[in-house]
Amino acid sequence: MRLFARKRGDAGPLDYAGRWSLRSWVAVVLVFQYLPLASLVLFSFNNSKRTIRWEGFTFDWYGRLASDDALIGAFANSLTIAAISTVFSVLLGTMAAIALWRFRFPGKGVFDGVITLPIVIPEICMGVAMLVFFGTVAPWPRDLVWPLDLGAITIAHITFSFPFVTVVVRARLASFNREMEEAARDLGASELRAMRDVLLPHLRPALIAGALLAFASSLDDFVITFFTAGPNTVTFPVKIYSMVRFSVTPEVNAASTVLMAITIALTLVGMKMQGTDIASTESP
Amino acid sequence: MLIRFENVTKRFGSFIAVDNVSLDIAVGEFFSLLGPSGCGKTTLLRMLAGLETPSAGRILIDGVDMAGVPPNRRPVNMVFQSYAVFPHMTVADNVAYGLKIDRVPRAERDSRVAEALALVKLDDFAHRRPDQLSGGQRQRVALARALVKRPKVLLLDEPLSALDAKLRDAMRGELAAIQREVGVTFVMVTHDQDEALAMASRCALMNRGTLQQVASPGDLYEFPANRFVADFIGTINLFEATLAVDETDHAIVRTPALDAPVYLGHGVTGATGAQVWVGIRPEKITMTPADAPRPAGPAAMPHANRTPGTIMTSAYLGAVTLYDIHTSGGTLIKVTAPNGTRSASPALPAGTQVWLHWEPDAPVMLLA
Repeated sequence: MRLFARKRGDAGPLDYAGRWSLRSWVAVVLVFQYLPLASLVLFSFNNSKRTIRWEGFTFDWYGRLASDDALIGAFANSLTIAAISTVFSVLLGTMAAIALWRFRFPGKGVFDGVITLPIVIPEICMGVAMLVFFGTVAPWPRDLVWPLDLGAITIAHITFSFPFVTVVVRARLASFNREMEEAARDLGASELRAMRDVLLPHLRPALIAGALLAFASSLDDFVITFFTAGPNTVTFPVKIYSMVRFSVTPEVNAASTVLMAITIALTLVGMKMQGTDIASTESP
Repeated sequence: MLIRFENVTKRFGSFIAVDNVSLDIAVGEFFSLLGPSGCGKTTLLRMLAGLETPSAGRILIDGVDMAGVPPNRRPVNMVFQSYAVFPHMTVADNVAYGLKIDRVPRAERDSRVAEALALVKLDDFAHRRPDQLSGGQRQRVALARALVKRPKVLLLDEPLSALDAKLRDAMRGELAAIQREVGVTFVMVTHDQDEALAMASRCALMNRGTLQQVASPGDLYEFPANRFVADFIGTINLFEATLAVDETDHAIVRTPALDAPVYLGHGVTGATGAQVWVGIRPEKITMTPADAPRPAGPAAMPHANRTPGTIMTSAYLGAVTLYDIHTSGGTLIKVTAPNGTRSASPALPAGTQVWLHWEPDAPVMLLA
């Protein structure tokens, strides 16, 4: 028996899809959000040098990417920078979050306020600041071997990545039951061991989410990287930009598709890890 | 003495949580720290566990000064109020955690974990995860996890407060049984006097950071040291009074609240004419209808220990009926009448005239 009998076509409060106005609104949103991405991917398989007309399916452009040493180098740079900056961002961000959660110290209020600044400051300002910093204040030595020559960019990336980790980890810390840690101490664990055995497992979902955010924001950063990159330290987004300056070729499409695929894959992996984690650690 | 608090004080900023407490707890006791919230009982327990540091004074366990000894090096284990069962470990792993840290060999660890789980009747749940357990089962995990380390003292912080009423009653008996079985000294914090009275061999009643009385549950109830104790434990009718006569075998107290003197069947130590308080528990007052023969007081003083009154309200509580009775002296007295037979159950109606009377050893006199 239906509890609330109603006539056909009579939309209930949650039946958004049943109203033509809402349905068309959703369609417009989807089109503007995903059509550009879909066409980018589609034309990366286009068997034509021009990107406007569909001429047939091909993997040629991906093959050409694979043989483009400059592009491969930029790609390797990007992954290296993203990996290193993620590790440091998670470390620093988590430490900052724990410090703000656990301790009282002089200047805490200021630290608390300033820590998220790199998130809200316009990227262009951060870029210029980094340019000035590494240009005049603390020049990064030139002509270092790879990957040390990526140091300046990596440091810049850590600067804007770790606050994301701090924000996510802090939110998770709020739900931590301090008695868990005290119980571990009571059962014989040293302070460090109690943190490792009890606090870290609780933080795991946040650490994964924070790492994903840090990795993704590093991988696709253009503005700040552009200001800190030298001629030998080109990253993937910067390289794509330089390719686009001449013309938008299907090769650019292919490169962007690869970047997109990596980001989506990482997100899926992260979500999977978090999903299983939440199921097993959530305490009522 | 297994545990000794020596003039222990704990300050949080300007707030004094524990104020100069000295207390001894012997081996094998089921000791209860009782008091209203904020009285300092939990702070005292946490200092014993090493989770708080005393601002002044010493704590000794088995003769060893615990100053500077971190919680992981103390011969005590705790059952936390939230149980604090580790959600990412199975029941068995939770119980084994402390033994792993102590590097107890695998075989011994397994047998001790099994033994502890059997003690709390969780044998069949070893491989469950905490989110598959009920609140009562999680508490058993916490209990097993603490006991498996064979501590000299087991600390329990409000162990029953998170359980529903039926389970609470069952756990009361079970905790006491487990304590008898393992013989470990238990120190339990509770704000629930029923819990303390039912389980503990000795209680310390605290208020505002100070010890009010340390005694057995029976003594706490029948021989309260002061008005706070008398009032906190159970229900009592308290009257301001004057000590009129103090002999070796009896004392007489006069109070404007009652129109007859109160005759106590024992001497008290107080100066004649001193301002005192006299308390009578509701179940120690007998109520007879006004038209029945007037009850006689004690042989030595027939007109004492009785007063006429009028029933104002009644509350039927099943085992007893609680009456509020207005005396001719102008005060309200609480009286409980046992419902000894089923036909006795209907409460007497408001307005009924009654006599209240009590035995010479029913009232208690308090100096402070």
